[in-house]
Amino acid sequence: MAAIIEVNNLSKQFNKITVVNNLSFTVEEGDVYGFLGQNGAGKSTTIRMLLTLIKPTEGEISIFGKKLQTHRSEILSQVGAVIEKPDLYKYLSAYDNLSIFARLSGIKVTKQLLMKQLQMVGLDDRAKDKVKTFSQGMKQRLGIAVALIHNPSLIILDEPTNGLDPQGIADMRNLILMLSKELGKTVLISSHLLSEIEVIANRMIIIHKGQKKIEGSVTELLDPAHTMIDIDSTDNVAAREKIAASKWASYLQQDKALQLMMNRTAVPSLIKDLVAMDIELLSVNSSHSLENYFLSLTTNSGYVAPFAN
Amino acid sequence: MWHLLQIELYKISKRPRTYIAFVAITAIVVIFQFAFKADGQSYMDLMLQSVKDTFAFDRVQAINGYFMCYIILNTLLIQVPILVALIAADSISGEANMGTLRLLISKPISRTQIILVKFAAATIFTIFLLIWMAVTSLFFSILIFGTGDMLIFRSKGDESQILLITSDDVMWRYYAAFAYATVALTVIAALSLFLSIFAENSIGPIIATVCIVIVCTIVSNINVPIIDKHVKPFLFTSYLVGWKGFFYINTDADNNTIKGSLENWPAIRRSLLILVAHIFVIVWASIAVFKRKDILS
Repeated sequence: MAAIIEVNNLSKQFNKITVVNNLSFTVEEGDVYGFLGQNGAGKSTTIRMLLTLIKPTEGEISIFGKKLQTHRSEILSQVGAVIEKPDLYKYLSAYDNLSIFARLSGIKVTKQLLMKQLQMVGLDDRAKDKVKTFSQGMKQRLGIAVALIHNPSLIILDEPTNGLDPQGIADMRNLILMLSKELGKTVLISSHLLSEIEVIANRMIIIHKGQKKIEGSVTELLDPAHTMIDIDSTDNVAAREKIAASKWASYLQQDKALQLMMNRTAVPSLIKDLVAMDIELLSVNSSHSLENYFLSLTTNSGYVAPFAN
Repeated sequence: MWHLLQIELYKISKRPRTYIAFVAITAIVVIFQFAFKADGQSYMDLMLQSVKDTFAFDRVQAINGYFMCYIILNTLLIQVPILVALIAADSISGEANMGTLRLLISKPISRTQIILVKFAAATIFTIFLLIWMAVTSLFFSILIFGTGDMLIFRSKGDESQILLITSDDVMWRYYAAFAYATVALTVIAALSLFLSIFAENSIGPIIATVCIVIVCTIVSNINVPIIDKHVKPFLFTSYLVGWKGFFYINTDADNNTIKGSLENWPAIRRSLLILVAHIFVIVWASIAVFKRKDILS
């Protein structure tokens, strides 16, 4: 697989405050690459640097094997993006907006092409309506149409589900999967929700305070072997002693009242044994350790995942 | 570049605020024309009061289309910078405010192209505004008041002067004056564009432009030798009303005006060159600043 985006030692400072710190990552051809981080982690700043909206303080960005700094126009003609909110010219119609951004992307515009694109996002019947009359979801769909009108090879979506209702989120997810699987596009999608990234991305990175924390394939990072089991019982101290004396002792987490890290497939067997040990269970919750790790970044709980750098 | 300019002009043409300037000009001109049609005689009596014994002229005939246009321009060309700023100050800040600036910059067009196209569009808007001014204040006035020889009232130092330009010597002066005004107002457009780079809504740059014009105009009117020598020559506001130079006609020994003459063409030419230099410097500064700007909107 060829590298589509290569980011090396990228840093950005605003008034001596480091927002992105020595960040390196690679997005390969055909990837749906999840860019995960809490709000203020530096995701949008990194994306803005990829789109030349912000100049890096240090580091290098190559896209399609070419340096962004020296091949800007050539690269951007093959990139489609929705950056945060899909803001468009509110006083113009959906058709006019699409036409303007298609021409700015350097393609030959035909009415047929524009209508086809509007049809793809379900806005063909609102083509002549002004954008100011659109709902957030409709604007988001039009933003996607604008990002895709010039048939880009790389699509960058910065928090594309922000402000969408559940149906809108599902539609967006399906669209991204379609772009990747049916059209072979490379997609970089940022989000602050792990649940969103894990269902659409094949590779992901977690950044925190501008630094890379984890990068890898979603399958590996969300390996069921890293499932965290939280147990609550009527007497947690006694329950811990019983588990420590059982075959499950090696899975018991240190310094945690009743937490085990194990393969998800072993959970039914664990529950049977807990019942057999006369532990009166109030609840058994499973979550992936990556999820806990990501949560810890937000809450500063100090949790360190076994795979974290 | 041409298709970028087409897009920019299309966007401007679709914004309601674009037409505010045209409506404002029309309203002011119509009010002037109505007032002079109803009671222009009083104005002429007042202006000719001091010379009524020495200067024989048909006062009714003096209020013609050419004279009206001159009176209107004297008033309007001071206010028009605000109308130009209304559009030019919105060029970048308006895009930032709408959030379209980041989309625009993520397209394969350079920041230099964006500034040049925005500047060109603001200049074209200024030209259209002045054409509309010419149509309403000159051609409509000619239709309403007719043509004739044109009187110019002028204060020169401590003395007042009245110049008479024959009707066949007027039109070229108006064409030249409107062309000069276009250059002068383009400086305002460039200044507004420059200021709009720093803002995320258009109100700030509009107010800043108007403040700069007001402050510089006040400084341009301060008669202190040190300011006359070291400040005024560099202020664009010192040259904004230079269009009047096309109506200052030479007179012969008998105090008769000489057809086709200009009192001080070198001064007009110098003023034009200074204004053009201002445009180049401000547009260059706009490009330099915009190229380095991080887009955070």
